[in-house]
Amino acid sequence: MTRPLHSMTLSRASFTIVAKELRAEFRSFELIISTLVFVLIVVFLFSFAFDPTVGESRRFGPGLLWISILFAASLMLQPSFSRERTNDTLGALRLAPIDPFAILAGKLLANFCFLLLVELVLLPAFSVLYDVPLAPVAAQVTAVMLLGSLGIATVGTIFSAIASQARMRELLLPLLMLPALAPVLIASAEATAGLLSDPPELQLNWIVFLVAFDVIFLTAAWLFGGYLLEE
Amino acid sequence: MSATSTSGSIAGLSISFEKVEKRYGSLVALRQLTLQVSPGEFVALVGPNGSGKTTLLRMAALLVRPTSGKVNLSVSGEEDTAAIKRRIGMVGHFTMLYDELTAEENLRFFARLYALEHPEPRAMAALEPAGLKTRARDLVRTFSRGMRQRLAIARAMLAAPSLLLLDEPGAGLDRDGAAWLAATLHDFRKSGGTVLMSSHGQNEALTLATRAIAMHSGSLVADSGPGGNARAVIENEAASAPAQRSPAP
Amino acid sequence: MSIQRSRGIPGLGVSVLASALLMGAAGYAALYVAPTERSMGDIQRIFYFHMPSGIIAFIAFTITFVANILYLVNRAPKSDWLGVSSAEVGVAFTTVMLVTGPIWGKPVWGVWWVWDARLTTTFILWVLYICYLLLRGLLDDPERKATVSAVFGVFAFLDVPLVYMANRWFRTQHPAPVLLGGQNSGLAPEMKWVLLFCFIALTGLMLILLRVRYQLEALRYEVSEMKVIADSGSRASN
Repeated sequence: MTRPLHSMTLSRASFTIVAKELRAEFRSFELIISTLVFVLIVVFLFSFAFDPTVGESRRFGPGLLWISILFAASLMLQPSFSRERTNDTLGALRLAPIDPFAILAGKLLANFCFLLLVELVLLPAFSVLYDVPLAPVAAQVTAVMLLGSLGIATVGTIFSAIASQARMRELLLPLLMLPALAPVLIASAEATAGLLSDPPELQLNWIVFLVAFDVIFLTAAWLFGGYLLEE
Repeated sequence: MSATSTSGSIAGLSISFEKVEKRYGSLVALRQLTLQVSPGEFVALVGPNGSGKTTLLRMAALLVRPTSGKVNLSVSGEEDTAAIKRRIGMVGHFTMLYDELTAEENLRFFARLYALEHPEPRAMAALEPAGLKTRARDLVRTFSRGMRQRLAIARAMLAAPSLLLLDEPGAGLDRDGAAWLAATLHDFRKSGGTVLMSSHGQNEALTLATRAIAMHSGSLVADSGPGGNARAVIENEAASAPAQRSPAP
Repeated sequence: MSIQRSRGIPGLGVSVLASALLMGAAGYAALYVAPTERSMGDIQRIFYFHMPSGIIAFIAFTITFVANILYLVNRAPKSDWLGVSSAEVGVAFTTVMLVTGPIWGKPVWGVWWVWDARLTTTFILWVLYICYLLLRGLLDDPERKATVSAVFGVFAFLDVPLVYMANRWFRTQHPAPVLLGGQNSGLAPEMKWVLLFCFIALTGLMLILLRVRYQLEALRYEVSEMKVIADSGSRASN
């Protein structure tokens, strides 16, 4: 009876944790809804502050979109690890016979999903508000969203683990994340802008750049993330 | 509530602390601690608040790394860390439960993490002896202190552990809950499991102890030894406690 | 338990004197010895401090990166001391670079700041390592402080080349004035000598700052150790 059913591989443990994170969030959607509302407010505020013409909307739109996503992520990723401190559920996870990286990977994937869900609603809203034609390039835009969001989720999850151990963690996470994710902001905004130009152009150099960013930081997370979970 | 049964005998797990020290900056939580716990022992850990009991338990759970010295857990025939961790059940200072999930979801999640067969029925089966079956689908957030504690104990027993590390497990339990805990521990000890349990004062479960160690300010000050007079150490500590304890706020 | 009482830094007085002389000489060289630049005039002389500061900052941050990785591997407090000392020195030199940039830029370009790849990357670098130092300040337990900041330091360092590349490509598509005018744009031989001399002087300064700051960390550690001994001593006598 004590023999395990199967060996607890990294992927299995990660997916168990992802499932738990999703189950907890999908009960109330409180994180996703709050983040969505926040992002929409930011998008509206930009238009109040600048009152852009149609041409300006098209030009500044992509940058705006990605800044909003970054701001949203820097608030949304905060509870990822700080929530695990209240009842020391992080201790329970570390106690379990799983690879410590599974904890990071599981949360990373879950955060990635949450971010994508926010973007799923944000993109059509953005398309309408700023009159940008996303439908013709939907597939390519999706690719950019996936790559950019993965980079944000990776760095954000690691930095959430970092910030949750310090004082002033609510301020610290955006402070750490925003400068570090500047490359993702540039690459994603540029790639999105290319797709919205006339004619739409998929700038492969930015795509490759995003892939490189994701690979580098996923590897760094795998190599060094475990140290963040110690006591 | 019936006692959680542990059928079959459990391969004993031994713990060894060699000159273990744990420091947080200039705060010394454990100093030069050397301790051997053999399989099947039921060790009571007594001492005032801040004496290092929680740190010692967390170190035995491999959650805390020593600043110096060595902590070793071994089971005959098991080498790798994951296999050893699978055999540890812990009730900590915090509940280690997810408030935003139901009782059943919590147990099912941990059953999956511990790679147990049939996680759903396993989880439900664990709830019954704990008297939580009727609240299985309720969020843990709605539970009382005593109910959370019972769930935490059920979770510790879930994967049929060989070692129980208990940090004041009786805290918050009502009389029924305490009786259930005592019966569970009694069965666990009978099947050969090892227990390291900290307690603030005397309670039912302490009568099960085969050995007692007392701690003060991070040091081991008394050890009845295996087969020694555990009761005496416990009573001695309880008697000297009022003088040591700082005035209540 | 015994503590190694640290002596003062051997030869510090002589080193500081030598460094002061070198820096003075470098300043003199930059202001009077180097020939006046053809197009920008005397303001260009800031370049002799601007550029070496940038290189030295980068060297300092590389030292921090290596120290961070060393700490994660061997958990030796000395690696942590080196990491934080080098990071602070790096931030100091980066500040110099960010201040001299606009001082140079204003007369030449008419604006205080140009969004070229190099300066923008320097700014992000500066912010990231200030965050490194801030993070340390917000963590109390020394071991957690060292470990967590080491991981952040690794991420920050890996990020910098990516920041630079992103900015470079961005600037090829959206050109902006380039501050340095490119080091490859021919420097007269006398200028190269002055540049080298300033670089050596600034490196000397960096090494002294690093050594003194490292010593400060070592002393702090020693004080902490003494507290522990004092505590256990007082307990034994109770």
